[in-house]
Amino acid sequence: MGQHKGINRRGLLTAGLAMGGAALSAPAARAAGDPAILEVQDWNRYLGYGVQARPYGTPSEFEAHVVRRDVEWLTATTESSVNFTPLHDLDGIITPNGLCFERHHAGIAEIDPAQHRLMINGLVEKPLVFTMEDLMRFPRVNRVYFLECAANSGMEWRGSQLNGCQYTHGMVHCVMYTGVPLKTVLDEAGLKGTAKWLLPEGADAAAMTRSIPIDKALDDCLIAFKMNGEALRPEQGYPLRLVVPGWEGNMWVKWLRRIEVGDEPWHQREETSKYTDLLANGTARRFTWVMDVKSVITSPSPQLPVKHGKGPLVISGLAWSGNGTVKRVDVTIDGGRNWTTARLDGPSLPKALHRFYLDIDWDGSELLLQSRAIDENGVVQPTKNELRSARGENSIYHNNGIQTWHVKADGTVENVEIS
Amino acid sequence: MSKSPKLIAAAFIAAACLAAGLLADERTAHAEEASAPAEAAPEPRARAFGLGREATPEEIAAWDIDIRPDGAGLPAGSGTVLAGDELFQEQCAVCHGVFGEGAGRYPVLAGGFDTLTKERPEKTVGSYWPYLSTLYDYIRRAMPFGNAHSLTDDQVYALTAYLLYLNDIVTDEDFELSKENFAEITLPNEDNFVPDDRMEEAHYRDAAEPCMKDCKPDPAKVVMRARILDVTPGSIEDDEGAGAGAVD
Repeated sequence: MGQHKGINRRGLLTAGLAMGGAALSAPAARAAGDPAILEVQDWNRYLGYGVQARPYGTPSEFEAHVVRRDVEWLTATTESSVNFTPLHDLDGIITPNGLCFERHHAGIAEIDPAQHRLMINGLVEKPLVFTMEDLMRFPRVNRVYFLECAANSGMEWRGSQLNGCQYTHGMVHCVMYTGVPLKTVLDEAGLKGTAKWLLPEGADAAAMTRSIPIDKALDDCLIAFKMNGEALRPEQGYPLRLVVPGWEGNMWVKWLRRIEVGDEPWHQREETSKYTDLLANGTARRFTWVMDVKSVITSPSPQLPVKHGKGPLVISGLAWSGNGTVKRVDVTIDGGRNWTTARLDGPSLPKALHRFYLDIDWDGSELLLQSRAIDENGVVQPTKNELRSARGENSIYHNNGIQTWHVKADGTVENVEIS
Repeated sequence: MSKSPKLIAAAFIAAACLAAGLLADERTAHAEEASAPAEAAPEPRARAFGLGREATPEEIAAWDIDIRPDGAGLPAGSGTVLAGDELFQEQCAVCHGVFGEGAGRYPVLAGGFDTLTKERPEKTVGSYWPYLSTLYDYIRRAMPFGNAHSLTDDQVYALTAYLLYLNDIVTDEDFELSKENFAEITLPNEDNFVPDDRMEEAHYRDAAEPCMKDCKPDPAKVVMRARILDVTPGSIEDDEGAGAGAVD
C-alpha cells in the first residue's frame, strides 16, 4: 500500500501557520502500541479536499486494483472483445456502473443523444421514429436484473483454465435499470396480428441484431436509458439499450436504434454462427435464450486468498437464475461430500443476483469449496461433468456448472476440478 | 478512432432535415388522428400517448437492411465469384486470409468440413452456418471490420459468391450470385440445428432433492489445475496453446 500522497496546498498553508506551535513528538516505540493509533495521522491533522474538488467522485486510490480486466489471447482485437467484472472485490448484489463488464463487437459507439433515434418498423399499424426526448415521456419502471454473457465460464468447458472468479465468472453484472416497458412502445406503433418476432438492432458499427419472440418482448423486456440511477455508460449502450431479463447478454442490444416486427425469426449471425451451442453429436442447439441457475464463491477465490490465518472466515458468493429467484444456495468445504445451506442476504429479486454467505471457523486445513444454487422452480445447478456428459466440451456457451476452489493451508486459492 | 469529417457532416445535415420535418410530421399525424372517422376498433387504439412520429419510407429503407433465410429483404443485384475474389483480396484477406483460412485470431471463413464432432471443431460458413442469407446480411451490416456499410449490394453478392466458392458449395469461377438465384443455394449444415432442449438433460429432467450428507464414499481428489495451464493474465509468458472460448 502506498503512503499518503502528501498534503495539498491548503494543508501546507495550514501547516505553515501551525508551525509556531509545539513541534511533533518523536514516534512512539512499537512496544507502546500501534503507530496508527499513537501517531497523529495526516488526515487527522490537515484539511482535506473541499466539496467541489471531485464533482463526480471516484473510488479511493487504495481501491485502484478493483478494475475490469481482459484476457488478451481470447480475441483478435480489443474492439470485438470482452472484459470482466471484478466479482471477487465486490459485495452485495449491485454492480457499480464503472465495473460492469463490457462486451462489444465493434468498439464503444459514442453517441450524441440528440442524434439518436429509435425506429419501430415492420408488422405494425404505423412505423414510428422516436427521439430520446419522446422516450423520456412514456411511463417508466425500475427493475434490478443480472446481465450474463452466454459465454461466461465458456473458457472452462474443457477444464480449469483461468485462475480467478473475475475471469471464470466475471461476464455478469447486476444493476437497477430505469426504462420503458417494451410493450408500451410497441403498442404505440400498434402490433399487427401476424407479429410473432422482433429484431432489435444496434446503432454501432456491428449493427447487432437478434431475433426475439413476441411473448418475451411483451412480458418483461424494457427499453432502458438509466442504470443505477444515472444515464447508461457509453460502454453499456448509451443512450438506449434493450433489457431482456434472464436471457443471454447478447440479446440485450446496446445503442438500440431500431426494432423490426416480423412473423419469423431472422437467423442473424449472432444466432447461427454465434450463440448456438454445439453438442457432441455435431448438432447444435439454437435459440438457447435463458441463462440457467448458477452460482460462484467470490471470496475466498484465486484473486482473494485467505491472508488472516485460522479462525473466523467469511465465505461469500453470488447466485442467480434466468428463470426467477434463487431460493437456496448450499456450500461445501470438502468437495461436495457434505453441504451446508448458506445464508442469503439482501434483496431476493427475480432474474437478479443474490448474495450468499457461509461463516465458518477455518482450522487451517485444505478446503475444496463449491456452491450449488437452487432456483424458485427447484432447478438445481448441475456439476460441470453432468453438463459435459450431456453436451460434450464444445458448446462454448451456457456453462453453469459448479465451480471448485482449492484453498491450501497457506491460504492461497486455485481453480481446480475434482473427482 | 477514425472519424470521417464527411460522414459527420452528412449526419448533421440528415439530422437537420429530420428536425425540420419533425414538427410538420407531428402536426400531420395529429391532424390525421383528429379527423379520422370514428370506426369500431377491434383492439385498443394504438398511439395511446401520441409520442413519436411516422417513419418515412426512405428512413425505413435506410435502416431496414436485414435479410431472412427465405430471401425476404434481399436487394436487387448480382456478383460473380471472380469479382468477389478480387474484392476479397483487397478488402478482406488481410484478416481472413487469401482463401478464408483466417489470419492470426481472426475468424476462419472456409473449410472445417466434418470437424463438428472432433475434439477441436472448425466452425465456418461451409461447415457450420445454416443459411446463406446470414452471410449476405452480416457482410453488408458489419464488414469490413472498421469500415462497415462501405460495400455496394453488388459487391456483397460478389463476396458471398466467393465465399461459396471457397467452401466448395459452388465450383465454377464464373458463377454469378443474384437476388434471383439466391434461394436455390443451401448450406451443408442447415439441418443440424435443433431447438433448445436443455431441460431434457438428465441432470435437469430427473432433478431430485440434492444430497447434503456423505454424498460420495471417497474424499475428493484434485484432477485438474488452472495453474498447470498458466494462461491467466499476469501469469503468462506465451499464449500459444491457450484453450477454448475465444470470442469474435
